[in-house]
Amino acid sequence: MKAVARIAGHGRRTLLAALVHPHGPHINYAAISPLEALLGGSVIVLIVGLLRSRFAREQLVPALTLLTLAATIALTSWQWNDHVSAISGALAVDDLALALTIVFAAAGAAAVILSWRAQAPRESAHGEYHALLLASIAGMAILVAAQNLVTLFIGIELLSIPLYVLCAAEMHRASSLESGLKYLIIGSVGSATLLYGLALLYGATGSTDFSAIASSIAAGHSSDVLLLTGVALVLVGLCFKASVAPFHQWTPDVYEGAPTPITAFMAVATKAAAFGVLLRMFDVALIAENLDWGPALATLATITIIVGNVGALGQSSLKRMLAYSSVAQAGYIMGGVVVSTRLGASATIFYLIVYLLMNIAAFAVIIARERETSFGDDIDAVAGLGSQRPLLAWPLTIAMLSLAGIPATAGFIGKVYLIEALVNGNYTWLGIVIVVGSMISLGYYLRVIAAIWMREAPAAVRPTANGRPVLAGGSSEADVKGTDLEVAIVALAFAAATIFFGIVPQPLFDFANHAAASLTSFL
Amino acid sequence: MLSLVIWIPAAAALIGAIAGGRRTPGALALVGSLASLGLAIALIAGWSGDSGQLTHVTDVVWIRSLGIHYKLGLDGLNLFLIALTTFVFSGALVAANLREWPRTELFYLLLGIAQSAVLGAFLAQDLALFVGFFDLMLIPFYLLTGIYGGPGRVVATTKLVIYTLVGSLLMLAGAVALAVLASQHSGQPLNFTYSALRAAPLGGGTQDWIFLLFAAAFLVKMPAFPLHGWMPDGYREMPIEVLAIFSSVLSKVGAYGFLAIVLPILPRASAHFQTLLLLIGLASILYGSAMAFTQTNARLIVGYSSVAQLGFITMGIFALAPQGAQGAVLQMVNHGIVVAPLFIIVGLLAARAGGSEDIRDMGGIAMRAPILATLFLIVTFATLAMPGSGNFIGEILILLGLFKTKMVFSIIAFTGVLMASVYMLRAFIRTMHNRAGPEVVSRELRWRDALVLVPFIGAIMLFAIYPQIELSRAQTSVTSSIAAAAATAAPASTPVANR
Repeated sequence: MKAVARIAGHGRRTLLAALVHPHGPHINYAAISPLEALLGGSVIVLIVGLLRSRFAREQLVPALTLLTLAATIALTSWQWNDHVSAISGALAVDDLALALTIVFAAAGAAAVILSWRAQAPRESAHGEYHALLLASIAGMAILVAAQNLVTLFIGIELLSIPLYVLCAAEMHRASSLESGLKYLIIGSVGSATLLYGLALLYGATGSTDFSAIASSIAAGHSSDVLLLTGVALVLVGLCFKASVAPFHQWTPDVYEGAPTPITAFMAVATKAAAFGVLLRMFDVALIAENLDWGPALATLATITIIVGNVGALGQSSLKRMLAYSSVAQAGYIMGGVVVSTRLGASATIFYLIVYLLMNIAAFAVIIARERETSFGDDIDAVAGLGSQRPLLAWPLTIAMLSLAGIPATAGFIGKVYLIEALVNGNYTWLGIVIVVGSMISLGYYLRVIAAIWMREAPAAVRPTANGRPVLAGGSSEADVKGTDLEVAIVALAFAAATIFFGIVPQPLFDFANHAAASLTSFL
Repeated sequence: MLSLVIWIPAAAALIGAIAGGRRTPGALALVGSLASLGLAIALIAGWSGDSGQLTHVTDVVWIRSLGIHYKLGLDGLNLFLIALTTFVFSGALVAANLREWPRTELFYLLLGIAQSAVLGAFLAQDLALFVGFFDLMLIPFYLLTGIYGGPGRVVATTKLVIYTLVGSLLMLAGAVALAVLASQHSGQPLNFTYSALRAAPLGGGTQDWIFLLFAAAFLVKMPAFPLHGWMPDGYREMPIEVLAIFSSVLSKVGAYGFLAIVLPILPRASAHFQTLLLLIGLASILYGSAMAFTQTNARLIVGYSSVAQLGFITMGIFALAPQGAQGAVLQMVNHGIVVAPLFIIVGLLAARAGGSEDIRDMGGIAMRAPILATLFLIVTFATLAMPGSGNFIGEILILLGLFKTKMVFSIIAFTGVLMASVYMLRAFIRTMHNRAGPEVVSRELRWRDALVLVPFIGAIMLFAIYPQIELSRAQTSVTSSIAAAAATAAPASTPVANR
């Protein structure tokens, strides 16, 4: 009761404050505390990174970053259930935003741990690397909380610009620079398209506010041509971010070139952010136009599923394969947006969380093998893993099975949920497309499992650039000793979570349902 | 109780895998399997007449949001299939324990998971749970074939998995659609249990396409004629103990799926597609028999004979007559206990023929191995459905059921019985008699191999002498499972025309 009264009080005060103080809106500092933590942490990390002590730079900075992320998650949980509109309605700190913020923070924490001893932060200076990571997470948190077109754009830029830099963080490797540059160019094109679309939307509806846009469209006050062009351009811009085909071409190159911890972070968090905003944009602001964009989005989803799965088939680089697989998965997730029902939104959020778990597990193993073998991210790097390193082999196997949607993994439940939402929303055919896509995907996921368990480890293995000795053909007793412990722990933890939520998915369902419930447009 | 039956094998294998060592994992896996078998036998013994109702029901809501229950139950349909599964797994585990396996823990862990998954599929009374177990059982076999199989194993196992998973993913879509549409239709909340789905029948057109999705999954698993493409490669490369399990138990899951799920839940579509399925069964019989007659690889002879046998079972089910279905259920058990020793014997023969599984390299093995020859002969007779064997009763019942509803099919299917005797006797004569092959060393059966075979022979004998043990317990369940479909198929004779 108290909370409700407080929210109501805030609402009145916000209005009042805006009238009385023309200088600026009232800011609800408690509501945006996760954001404050992220941005403040970013500044602190940047400053600590300037210290001369090696310890401070290489240990303290990542530790502080983790602390920041932990604080963010704690503050997010504190704000849970308080549906607050902060900064004059520019941001909605509701459970959808908070749930996704937790996803970003978890992905960020995994990326920090995975890059603890990696090459990338060493080359680009630890302070900058981690500060940029935090800034990018802040951008994502703003993006999924955005309530009007301007905030949306600010969020998407704050998300993207640090990532452009992070992709190029390994400055002495040409492919990393290439990746950063490619991402910058394509990302800018996407942003420009998006911005143009936003302008047209504003022109068509006369408002930048999501709910005002929704009511304007519902009242039929909008010009159709302008509106539809705007919707199309916004869709294209967001599809660039979510790597939805045919706007996915940058994905394999960028994923392959970027430092692997950053790839893992991008694959998971950027996708979650993009789908978060797609949910807000299409299932709230534009929901009245559902009959217009629904089939278009469904078509895009179909193309994405086919292009992603077929593209992944021939890849020998694991990162490229996972890039195409992420394209395909984006297609599946799109299905949850298409139906524009609460069930669909819930399935989308559920799948995004599951996607986080299984993808991080897979990338952690790839990172471990990149450091141990000379094969980089080639599929040869995991050949014979089953007999050499069961503790790395199982997480990758579980991740692949989950991505393919095999029972007893969270991926299976996620897919069932999506298909259920599609059948329920009269898009049964798209459910069948997902199933067909999963069939194609077996071709490449099983190839990885076959390499792990059914091939011998290749002979040529040499110490890596990091100079740590490499364990070739070791017995299972020597397992993990050659691996960086923290990487193995990340892999095991996320794989264990994948299995756990495959068997006991109810907590995750409740979480996703709760988050989806804050999209009030379905009620 | 039923949860114990399901999970003991996996738990025992897991403990064994953690304990490690050279012998422990195998021994523990065997103990787990035997414990499960003991429970299954206790269930049969304690079976108090078949009322057509589920017994020993466990019903817990597993995933509330999706309406998925962890519901297990026992009826006349799955009672003996449970016994068959635990029995065959135990036998195969004994056989596997006689050999050394690289990465022992992994091998037995996978077998344990496989057994639990198969048992789960038989006992599940919730469609989503069934689909889960159905897909899950494939992963252990994928790895078992891929890691422990013959030289062409990776290609074979990939083919196997893609064929079967394509089928089961289609089934997954069908299952979700079935449940969601049923709940929209009836206004009830989403519920995947068989009983709920049975209570809310869908319209004819919807039933039809969902039926096809399910049929694809089950026919691949069996395998039936046009969908058997994975079979030759897969059978050739699997380790023989694994193959014995695969062929004897996993193929039954498909047939069981038709009886327990498709016929009761989609009766109209089952009646609609009756002729199609009968044709597939008939084609399987003819094609399987013809191939079995021309193959020279002993494994493939048995493999193709299984295709033919499964064809019989399919026809029995889709005769949509009580005798046919009864015969089909009996034949599932019969085929299971016959084909497993057959494969193990093939392994023994290969060991005596210099490792070759080609029957041209065999011959004259019976010379110094009369006991082995006798056991093989018994199994052969059982396979070709010699009068006096359980298979004879099963096939007679199937043909009888078929004769009543579709006479023409029945007459053509009779040739299958004839051909079975031709190819099985050919295989027997070529391997055991004839001129000795170049590298054949005729050795008598060792005691420990006999330990594997004799229980199977005992079971064959039991079902030959007293098939009533199975028939009487299954009767009511089988009849009620086909009742709805049978009523739709024969509107002329029954007044229940349009439901």
